[in-house]
Amino acid sequence: MRRPLPAWVDISIMPLINIAAAFVVSGIIIALIGENPLTALTIMVKGAFVYKGALGYTLYYTTNFIFTGLAVAVAFHAMLFNIGGEGQAMIGGLGIGFVVLGLDPILPPLLIVLLAIPVAAIFGAIWGIIPGWLQARRGSHIVITTIMFNFIASSIMVWLLAGMLMAPGQMSPETRHFAEGVSLAQIHHIANALGWPMARSPLNLSFGIAIIALVAVWVLIWRTRLGYIIRATGHSEKAVIYAGHDPSRIIIITMAISGGLAGLMALNEILGVQERVILNFTAGYGFTGIAVALMGRNHPFGILLASLLFGALYQGGAELDFEFQTITKEMVLMIQGLIILFSGALALMFVPTAERIYGLFSAQDTAASDQSRSGKDSQNG
Amino acid sequence: MAELWLQFVLTIDATLRVATPLILCAMAGIFSERSGIIDISLEGKMLLSAFTAATVAALYGSPWLGLFCAVIVSMIFSLIHGFACITHRGNQVISGLAINILASGLTVTVGIAIFAQGGQTPFLMSEQRFSAISLPFAEAAKNIPIIGTIYAEVISGHNLLVWVALLSVFLTGYVLFRTSFGLRLRAVGEKPEAVDTAGISVTLMRYQAVLIAGLLCGIAGAYLSIAHGASFGRDMTAGKGYIALAAMIFGHWRPIPSLMACLMFGFLDAIAARLQGVEIPFFGPMPTDLILVLPYVLTVILLAGFIGRAVPPKAIGQPYVKER
Amino acid sequence: MPFAISMSGICKRFGSVQANDAIDLNIASGDIHGIVGENGAGKSTLVSILYGFYKADSGQIEISGTPYTHNSPADSIAAGIGMVHQHFMLVPNFTVLENIILGHESDRDLTRSIEHARHMLMNLAHQYGLVVDLDAEVGDLPVSLQQRVEILKALYRNAKILILDEPTGVLTPQETEQLFDILRSLKEQGVTILLITHKLREIMAVTDCVSVMRGGRMIAHLNTAETTPEELAELMVGRPVQVQKQWHQTQKGEAIVKVENIHLSNADNQNLLSDISFTVHAGEIVGVAGVAGNGQSELLNILAGITAPSAGAITYHGHRIAAENPANAQTIKALGVAHVPEDRHASGIVLPFSAAENAALGYEDDVSHGYKNMFISPQQLNARCADLMQEFDVRPQHPELTSSLFSGGNQQKLVLAREMSASPSVLLVGQPTRGVDIGAIEFIHQQLINMRDSGCAIILVSVELDEIMSLSDRIMVMNNGQIMGMVNKSDASVKAIGLLMAGVQ
Repeated sequence: MRRPLPAWVDISIMPLINIAAAFVVSGIIIALIGENPLTALTIMVKGAFVYKGALGYTLYYTTNFIFTGLAVAVAFHAMLFNIGGEGQAMIGGLGIGFVVLGLDPILPPLLIVLLAIPVAAIFGAIWGIIPGWLQARRGSHIVITTIMFNFIASSIMVWLLAGMLMAPGQMSPETRHFAEGVSLAQIHHIANALGWPMARSPLNLSFGIAIIALVAVWVLIWRTRLGYIIRATGHSEKAVIYAGHDPSRIIIITMAISGGLAGLMALNEILGVQERVILNFTAGYGFTGIAVALMGRNHPFGILLASLLFGALYQGGAELDFEFQTITKEMVLMIQGLIILFSGALALMFVPTAERIYGLFSAQDTAASDQSRSGKDSQNG
Repeated sequence: MAELWLQFVLTIDATLRVATPLILCAMAGIFSERSGIIDISLEGKMLLSAFTAATVAALYGSPWLGLFCAVIVSMIFSLIHGFACITHRGNQVISGLAINILASGLTVTVGIAIFAQGGQTPFLMSEQRFSAISLPFAEAAKNIPIIGTIYAEVISGHNLLVWVALLSVFLTGYVLFRTSFGLRLRAVGEKPEAVDTAGISVTLMRYQAVLIAGLLCGIAGAYLSIAHGASFGRDMTAGKGYIALAAMIFGHWRPIPSLMACLMFGFLDAIAARLQGVEIPFFGPMPTDLILVLPYVLTVILLAGFIGRAVPPKAIGQPYVKER
Repeated sequence: MPFAISMSGICKRFGSVQANDAIDLNIASGDIHGIVGENGAGKSTLVSILYGFYKADSGQIEISGTPYTHNSPADSIAAGIGMVHQHFMLVPNFTVLENIILGHESDRDLTRSIEHARHMLMNLAHQYGLVVDLDAEVGDLPVSLQQRVEILKALYRNAKILILDEPTGVLTPQETEQLFDILRSLKEQGVTILLITHKLREIMAVTDCVSVMRGGRMIAHLNTAETTPEELAELMVGRPVQVQKQWHQTQKGEAIVKVENIHLSNADNQNLLSDISFTVHAGEIVGVAGVAGNGQSELLNILAGITAPSAGAITYHGHRIAAENPANAQTIKALGVAHVPEDRHASGIVLPFSAAENAALGYEDDVSHGYKNMFISPQQLNARCADLMQEFDVRPQHPELTSSLFSGGNQQKLVLAREMSASPSVLLVGQPTRGVDIGAIEFIHQQLINMRDSGCAIILVSVELDEIMSLSDRIMVMNNGQIMGMVNKSDASVKAIGLLMAGVQ
């Protein structure tokens, strides 16, 4: 007999099964290409954690995924599917560019950096608010609008970076370098300055901001009144109106928070690593955020774990390029697609089987769950 | 004057070439979404089939075999989409997104494994592709003003798949609105329980719809790599699947209006290509990027209800669950 | 002559709920046979099995003497069974004809199928007096005509057995009478009819035989002519039904709710409510009676601040809220007005939330702290809910349990507890006992009476006329968005109220 799964199985075992399925399929594809999947896995693990500086790189990627994963998750709590993280991050980066390029001749670096952080969030938020407003007040489907807004953002970037923002004497679409010191310090610099030897990596202070964001989102969703209303909006707009709140306003606020989080991703790339605005610095991280949120079940702790996994995949995947002729880091994109498929679209596939297995092992106990159901009259009437 | 006219005619000709994959994908989208299944995986399926067509044509030399395999691969991914959304009631947007990302990674990975050219496929000889079909007397007609140039430049000189795309519009219209199958397909996207209680399987109807969508996407992909182009390049669809989706919404999920939207978007693309580098007085170079973004901007404006209202099929996006 | 339908030993389980338990049912050919039972008695499950929508776990079915194993609605249609579902199975943007032929087209070509069907339907319409404009879009038709389309759909498929599931819920008394005329004429033509309802009046009016279900079992089979509504009610509930005696006369206080000339029109400029004016006093229950969809829901939403009226004003305790300057639900709540909404699952609670979270819906201030009440503490949430559960006997008493796992009755008690705990001076109540078991109904009714006795002004909207009649001090009857009359309890009779509901003054 089938039995509903207890919560702990649902949040721990089931995601693992889904990820395992994605990895098994990836392994089969690698084997079909003619390489040994286990060798590939070993190289990726070494590349992500073992080699000198590897962990720093892994955490640097993780930072991106925490931001974009949180962005998707916050919107998901209001049942909004924000596919626009990519575009929101781009515009966030553009915001940083405006602040820094405009002010670095006149203001001290530290002040500019402190200014750039909220501006990245605000620019990202604006790129989230517009689709949010369109959904809330004009009824346009947020999935389609955010897809369109990614393309629009990308065109704006091309137009500006190859036009008025292009560095003089440059041929590639990018701005000039930021002034000396206008950046988020890289962790190995700080560590070395404190006397701890640490290998060079792009990991920078934005990782700390990402961790703060994780905690802040947890508090927002589960400990604040706004979070409560956001979750209620996700499940039933009618109930929210009944309770005296305006769901349109909540949708717009949620999309502002979501877009702001995505915009913060630009801190890592623009202020932490590039120190100038370049084209396509988002590199698909916005879409990876969807996989991260799905895997992490929209919970900050799950998102942290999923971001670590994806950080490791990206860093380890880059290592594949060096070791193999035939498999490259695009492999990671494929694995990412499979993870979205198995932990998102096919999330329920293994549930009936799991319920049957669980039913076999717990046929006689679970008096509590029966008790809860005995009070429930059948709805077939 | 004659020069300007020729430029115009050539732009129209280019419009048709650019619009062909959009038209095929928009029709694919109509079939899928009219049955209630959101299909943002048009992009991924087109990419996969472009890759398959180019690979098979390069390895075996036959464009027909390439087309056939492209269609099969695209339909297999339609089945995966269906398996997730219809059988397992998964989120249709997530499933489509997964296929798009998977396609982007898989094509490059497999491409490198086979050809070791960084994800590219080798350039195809003309006999490995669908080449242009010159209609009779096209050369001679060139000299006849207006009608002759239209005949020679716009009508003649297209490959077979362009004609297939145009034909697909009329077939889609016929199947949806003139057959009993079409009636059921539209009903399943509006009110699936009405179809179920009438003794027709909702599942089967929806699988049929996504398979037809796969077929059309497969042709679109093959067009890109072995008819319009002569090889596969990474991410060569470059958002065309999403533009087709936009065109379908613009056309209110109807074949002829969607065709018009595809042609309009194709025209924007063609004109942007022609205006590349043209200087506008007091402004500087033509902002062609901003022309290319118009389809997306227009779709946003349309969806916001500022120009008419786009009403999607009612049951779209919702997995069908029998009430208990 | 064999039975038209013969079911024996039908069992069906959903999870831990035994929806049908060894059901036997025989229906004579050409009869109108009724099945009555409370919500959750298993009626719908039984007919869904008969229609092939579900598969029974065990048991046999014979149709006109032939053993039959149903696998799908298609098989049942082929066996001559047609069904009119409670919620119509029609595609709103298709024409009547397209809806009728859907799934039963005579040809691959749609135009030919339609023309073929048109001819047949003309004959059917003539034969049974079922006149409908075949080319009208179904969504534009009134519900009574949509129901006709459903019947035609079944007849077009050669149904010899017609199942109707709660067909009168959306009809006025006159439309109900017309439907019964159609059923009688179908019977004359030899069609067997199975009527599922919980309204005893209708069973008595139209059926030949009646079967009673309770708790998933078949309790009794009776000839309608040999039974009484009282006997049926007792069989349905399983014990003597207490004739409502909670109500007693009290002294009413000052007028605290004044509704003046409320109008509401929709986007198409149709009047949903016109010229609604009334007063409610402290310590009285005003029941709003009417067939579903005659403006009661809209009125309740306006009173609660969910919908803004197009014109008019409402005054609570001297605070006048005019249409020009509408208030939202929070503001209204602050005036001491509480609201138990009609649609519990959509509005009253958020199903995936825990009971504790739902116990604070709309009262977030009571569980918040910090700057501008920004934070919510789970401890406060749970403690508050535990108190309410205790007071209103909500079971199981687990504040952290997901709300969807509670029974309808317990969910409703939780909503009631939340709204009453605010000690409102005005209580708006919609369909308080919909989908609620008998035990909880009595409890809820008693709570409403207690509130009234403590001086609360109560406005009660319900489609159950019996409920309105037994609880209200005054009864306001609505039809087509207008007040047809205000009747004192002492002057109220079912007949008089029924006529007003039908729009006859």
